[in-house]
Amino acid sequence: MTVIDRLDALFPPDRVITDPVRLRTYECDGLTYHRATPMVVVLPETTEEIAAVVKVCAEFGVPFVARGSGTGLSGGALPRSDGVLIVTSRMRRIISIDLDQRRAVVEPGVTNLAITEAVRDRGYYYAPDPSSQQICSIGGNVAENSGGAHCLKYGFTVNHVLALEVVTPNGEIMEISEDDFGYDLLGAFVGSEGTLGIATKITVRLMRAPEAVTTLLAAFPNIEAGGQAVSAIVGAGIVPAAIEMMDALAIEAAEAAVACGYPPEAGAVLIVELDGPAAEVESQLAEVIAICVGTGSFEQRVAASADERAKIWKGRKSAFAAVGRISPAYIVQDGVVPRTSLGEVLAGIDALQVEFGIRVANVFHAGDGNLHPLVLFDDTAPGEGHRAEIVSGRILDLCILHGGSITGEHGVGVDKARYMPRMFTDADLDTMQRVRCAFDPGGRSNPGKVFPTPRLCGEVPRVRKGSPGEIF
Amino acid sequence: MDPELIKDCVHCGFCLPTCPTYLLWGEEMDSPRGRIHLMAQYNEGAEMSPEMAGHFDACLGCMACVTACPSGVQYDKLIEHTRPVVEREHTREPRDRAVRALVFALFPYPRRLRLVKPFTRLNRRLAPFLARVHPTLGALAELTPPRSRTRPLPSLVRARGRRRARVGLLTGCVQGAFFPDVNRATARVLALEGCDVVIPPGQGCCGALSLHSGYDAHKFAKRTIETFEKAGVDTVVVNAAGCGSSMKDYADVLADDPGWRRRAESLKVRDLAEYLVELGPVAERHPLPMTVAYHDACHLAHAQGVRAQPRELLEGIPDLKVREIAESAICCGSAGTYNLFQPAPARELGERKAARVEETGADLLVSANPGCTMQITAAMRRLGRPVMPVAHTAQVLDASLRGLGAVR
Repeated sequence: MTVIDRLDALFPPDRVITDPVRLRTYECDGLTYHRATPMVVVLPETTEEIAAVVKVCAEFGVPFVARGSGTGLSGGALPRSDGVLIVTSRMRRIISIDLDQRRAVVEPGVTNLAITEAVRDRGYYYAPDPSSQQICSIGGNVAENSGGAHCLKYGFTVNHVLALEVVTPNGEIMEISEDDFGYDLLGAFVGSEGTLGIATKITVRLMRAPEAVTTLLAAFPNIEAGGQAVSAIVGAGIVPAAIEMMDALAIEAAEAAVACGYPPEAGAVLIVELDGPAAEVESQLAEVIAICVGTGSFEQRVAASADERAKIWKGRKSAFAAVGRISPAYIVQDGVVPRTSLGEVLAGIDALQVEFGIRVANVFHAGDGNLHPLVLFDDTAPGEGHRAEIVSGRILDLCILHGGSITGEHGVGVDKARYMPRMFTDADLDTMQRVRCAFDPGGRSNPGKVFPTPRLCGEVPRVRKGSPGEIF
Repeated sequence: MDPELIKDCVHCGFCLPTCPTYLLWGEEMDSPRGRIHLMAQYNEGAEMSPEMAGHFDACLGCMACVTACPSGVQYDKLIEHTRPVVEREHTREPRDRAVRALVFALFPYPRRLRLVKPFTRLNRRLAPFLARVHPTLGALAELTPPRSRTRPLPSLVRARGRRRARVGLLTGCVQGAFFPDVNRATARVLALEGCDVVIPPGQGCCGALSLHSGYDAHKFAKRTIETFEKAGVDTVVVNAAGCGSSMKDYADVLADDPGWRRRAESLKVRDLAEYLVELGPVAERHPLPMTVAYHDACHLAHAQGVRAQPRELLEGIPDLKVREIAESAICCGSAGTYNLFQPAPARELGERKAARVEETGADLLVSANPGCTMQITAAMRRLGRPVMPVAHTAQVLDASLRGLGAVR
């Protein structure tokens, strides 16, 4: 009896994939740099089915990885060649919508945008909006604690998930809720990148659509001027729904992809969205425009209709994939810096471009200092991929140096596990491991992600001589 | 399968939500991203196994992914290059081969189609029996519309009023045989807008059916080009989305032959709605007090990028309201011969579309492709609810231009 025999007995044949050619289509998610063909793929349709698969994995001591739409950018859903890939793309029912309580219960394969679409005509929406919202699954959003342009004002996924039904790594079905007393297990689970189990039902907060929304596109001669405007806006006490910045190279790519019509001579554009009561939005807009003009903006456009607003956002939201138009290959980086260091970090990135002869396009959630440098390279030119990797890593070093972080919203996954020690001490990492071991003592739930060195939970974390306060 | 075109895909997944088969099955291999991955595997030496061929066959070729792709992946070209490889390297079951041969011996030949038409009255009663022989035959019987009278079209319809242009009209195979009124309406609308309409008699198939299924379309393309060259027109107006999209690809189809390629390039092909908007309206629009739901045919919206023009024309009719159909970017499942060769998913998609159409509460469905019209009508009939009448954009415009609104 093998794992596959057991799964064959549990599922109809079309929901267990073992054909090697089919399996290979699951070898990577949105990050194609890392690839591994899973031993087997299953397509469950219910919580109980997921629990059954996880129990089979426990019985055979086989690792499992959960995957939603496969759009993650840190390789969080990279399969294990010795493991089971549990794909939730067939679990896409919206189970209930309760507008009185302002919540909806959905299955993990439901796309982020589908939630908003289900309630939009009744004046509600789901706030976190990753750029891939039309396809990324809510289960993946929970795993990665995904953000998006509007997180500046409304917070990340963790601020919008009210309860979860999860399958633990030993196959038990458990409910955790923000109403629970004691430890904040919901807080621990959201953003755990699949290492604590699989979310099978997600209760999300629905927000009332604001009375007014206005979107401003401001063009600046260079990125420094745009950065000053960002600091000045936030410094003035305004909390826009979103402040996004794109540099000239990113603008060029977006224009090539979706003809978004941004001012072509701009060295940087800022997208500022304000929402709330109409009177407030109106007065803030005037203030924001004045600040932009004061910091050197030479053109400001205010979207006059929903269509115009969508067009402004289209340029920004398609920017990552759009870069494919101006470069054969690229790495999407994700780092965070304090807003006040934005200028210095960008200057540092410029220096790296010159040093390594590698172009970097910058797209970022400027309001909260979340950078998405896109490191461009030609994968057919010898050595260029390697240099791009170095530049990409050095950018993270810059982030850490300025008191930032190696990821804002894409997660650590497999891609950034190696950078974890640059940011955390051994003691930090050991503590995180203990949390993980409490949920997953067998280390079967998405192993090899987040932590730089996989370790079984039975192993005693290393004792560092002379460090006080150790418990071992 | 061109590795350069495959490389354009950055695996972002933005195509997934617009792919009909991904919507149905939620499987990577049945998404554009997954199929491109399969093409890459084939290039690396994987054989064209029945499994791999099955995933290519399951692709409708609706091109919604082309619209959705931010990286500009030319999936249309990729799948078009893949289909002949499937035909060459994958051996189908003898039964499947037989029905394919039948379909391709029938549909691209207007005269043969007209010969079988008298039997279509029996079709619906025969459908369950035929389905047991082969699902394709069942689908064929279920889809064909009831008989309609075909009167020969004149070879020239003169412009009314000041002549503004001279254009050719493609009559098409299915359009001509099953929806002859659409061609008559198209000719009238063009004439009323000031066009001399040249309708060369004895037109054959434009090659769309073959091109979209991996068969050789050269013969059809050359014949069609020749027909319109002889007729002395340099612009051909097409009222069937699938035909228009393949005719716009002629230069690609004939790329290997420079002489023919040049001839293909000098033939301007325009969809009817596209052409009328370019020309600008002059004829008086009479009111049509009704609500219509406009259906985007994939080969119009995705393959030709013609979305705004038909809506603009419809909205230009006084008293007529246009309603949008939810999930308008998702294929109805017709997709050329798809509903014949893949009847099960096609039926599911058809019913999904029919339900969305019904939700609009419109009086009339407007569809600019004969395949979609047959598919959605059959799906509405299956759902057992009142069947919404369906008309081509040309027929609605014709009614408005001729002031038939009051008669309705």
